[in-house]
Amino acid sequence: MSELVAVPVLLPLGAAGLSMAFGRFADVQRWLGLLVLGVIVVDAAVLLYFADVHGPLVLHLGGWAAPVGIALVADRLAALLLLISVIVMFAVLLYSIGQRITDYGRGTASTTFHPIYLVLCSGVSLAYLTGDLFNLFVAFEIMLASSYVLITRRTTANRVRAGMTYTIVSLSSSVLFLTMIGLVYAATGTVNLADLALEMGELPPAPVRALALLMVIVFGVKSAMVPLHFWLPDSYPNAPAPITAIFAALLTKVGIYAMIRTQILVFEREPSWPLMLTLAMATMIVGALGALAQNDLNRMLSFLLVSHIGFMLFGLGVYDIAGLTGVILYIVHHITVQATLFLVSGLITRYTGTVALSRMGGLAKISPLVAVLFAVPALSLAGVPPFSGFVAKLALLRAGVGVGTVWAQVATAVVVLTSLLTLYAVARVWSRAFWGQVREPEGDPDPSDELVVGTGDTSRGMVHATGVLVLSTVLVAVLAGPLAEVSQRAATDLITGEAYRAAVLGGGSGG
Amino acid sequence: MNTVNLTMAVVLGGLYATGFYLLLQRSLMRVLLGIVILGHGANLLLQLAGGSQAGRPPMLGDVPIGQMADPLPQAMALTAIVITFALTTFLLALAYRAWQLLGHDEVQDDVEDRRIRRLEAELAHADEETEQELDSEATR
Repeated sequence: MSELVAVPVLLPLGAAGLSMAFGRFADVQRWLGLLVLGVIVVDAAVLLYFADVHGPLVLHLGGWAAPVGIALVADRLAALLLLISVIVMFAVLLYSIGQRITDYGRGTASTTFHPIYLVLCSGVSLAYLTGDLFNLFVAFEIMLASSYVLITRRTTANRVRAGMTYTIVSLSSSVLFLTMIGLVYAATGTVNLADLALEMGELPPAPVRALALLMVIVFGVKSAMVPLHFWLPDSYPNAPAPITAIFAALLTKVGIYAMIRTQILVFEREPSWPLMLTLAMATMIVGALGALAQNDLNRMLSFLLVSHIGFMLFGLGVYDIAGLTGVILYIVHHITVQATLFLVSGLITRYTGTVALSRMGGLAKISPLVAVLFAVPALSLAGVPPFSGFVAKLALLRAGVGVGTVWAQVATAVVVLTSLLTLYAVARVWSRAFWGQVREPEGDPDPSDELVVGTGDTSRGMVHATGVLVLSTVLVAVLAGPLAEVSQRAATDLITGEAYRAAVLGGGSGG
Repeated sequence: MNTVNLTMAVVLGGLYATGFYLLLQRSLMRVLLGIVILGHGANLLLQLAGGSQAGRPPMLGDVPIGQMADPLPQAMALTAIVITFALTTFLLALAYRAWQLLGHDEVQDDVEDRRIRRLEAELAHADEETEQELDSEATR
């Protein structure tokens, strides 16, 4: 049974090699990609079911028991996020296949896209499932290395600049990550997360605090926490829509996941963590105000992404079961919604030929379908009932009020304010792009690059994929009850940490 | 907790300081060198994390078990070296591409910086105009 834990990591890696070998056969590559991701969706669902019913599934790689060997752990949190992530990856792959076929015809495929996409999937899965700090670093590198390639494919001057910023910032934070691992190992003599929790308890408080802070900084860069967010709005908007969508949906969320996993599992803390609450407030406000200042649709969405990272940090800052339940719900909601918004932005630019909001207009008349596809995730992001954002925000707000410290109350007020600012930002997009006079699409400013815009058409594949994601955001809202229950159980697991530690360190006969 | 001797601590500090200094430069080549040096620093730190036996072979049979180096940090450093090596190659290719496209290897200002500078220029321009208007009104 526990072998299933390795499937989301190994299958896409193997398939990536196969996909590379079939580089000349476009259709084979496409079906292979979809098949592999489909299998992983099923696998992740099975993992979630088992983790929920029978407790965490652990696979000791190479038969070495933890803490000596590397363990892959699928507990409720990891399995839930893995499931959502792979569903989004599946839909985005569908979208990019649709786009490719529309623009270049069925016969050709870009040799590298599919293999790299699968490697990215493997990295994301490994980051969720690993129970080992150094392995987490490797997972991040697999994920980031493929993202470097995806963001700089078919380089134009602008994308080289954006890719440079992205690569250098990520690499610097990876070096810090390595430094952190070195220091953690020097202090405790282990990098196994479950074991670390035990060892940390025996250290004097000063180095523990320093290590916790270093982890906040490392994962803060990866998850675009203010003031370490500056690279994100500068690099993401320059990639094609599906790539931006997958980055925005997954990469930052994996950073948040790593932050939650390490902070909560390894360090002991009382509810209401002032440092994290402060950072969360800064992230929410700076992101939201940044979004309001933008005229470029994609840059605005990127700033909104930064702002909503703040919501997740807020839940972590509350630091009790209610807060973490909120965070988990919020991550689930945000992964689907943010990916959808970037895909819709891709659809929008097909009709407008530009990302400048000031030069758009009348889209609601040109394509009512795109208008609906935008409206649902946009309202959901702003937290308007009955969409998924409302459910997640409600959980966060209740947690913020419930914990009862002044700092948490202030942060809760900031959450409400930021929600309003988000509503204003998306309403601004709506009134500028969807209402007003109908405009002819502008021509593609640079036909040589991969960003095909202003053609005035979309294919069924693109619209269907976006539709699937919109439906899944609605589904998150419909299934809010069971989801909240699973999230609460996952949050309880996280806070107590007993089940995780027992599963990883206890039996040791999983492999 | 493991301790480090002073020489190594100074070397580490030097590597990190040099690395971060180079990272803050305008030229892409220097930034790249900065990343390489930082990577070396991190790898050395990983080695030293193994404790006072670091530097001895981690092999059974060569040295008594009590004096063997901890093999885990060495394995980690090895992995990290491979990763930093691959990514350095990628960055080199990217820097070359930037040089091909732009004709120089300066790190460019980001979009927001450029917008702010443009705004500033416009404001300064507007200020000058109003001043000139005021001047001409005063002389009239």
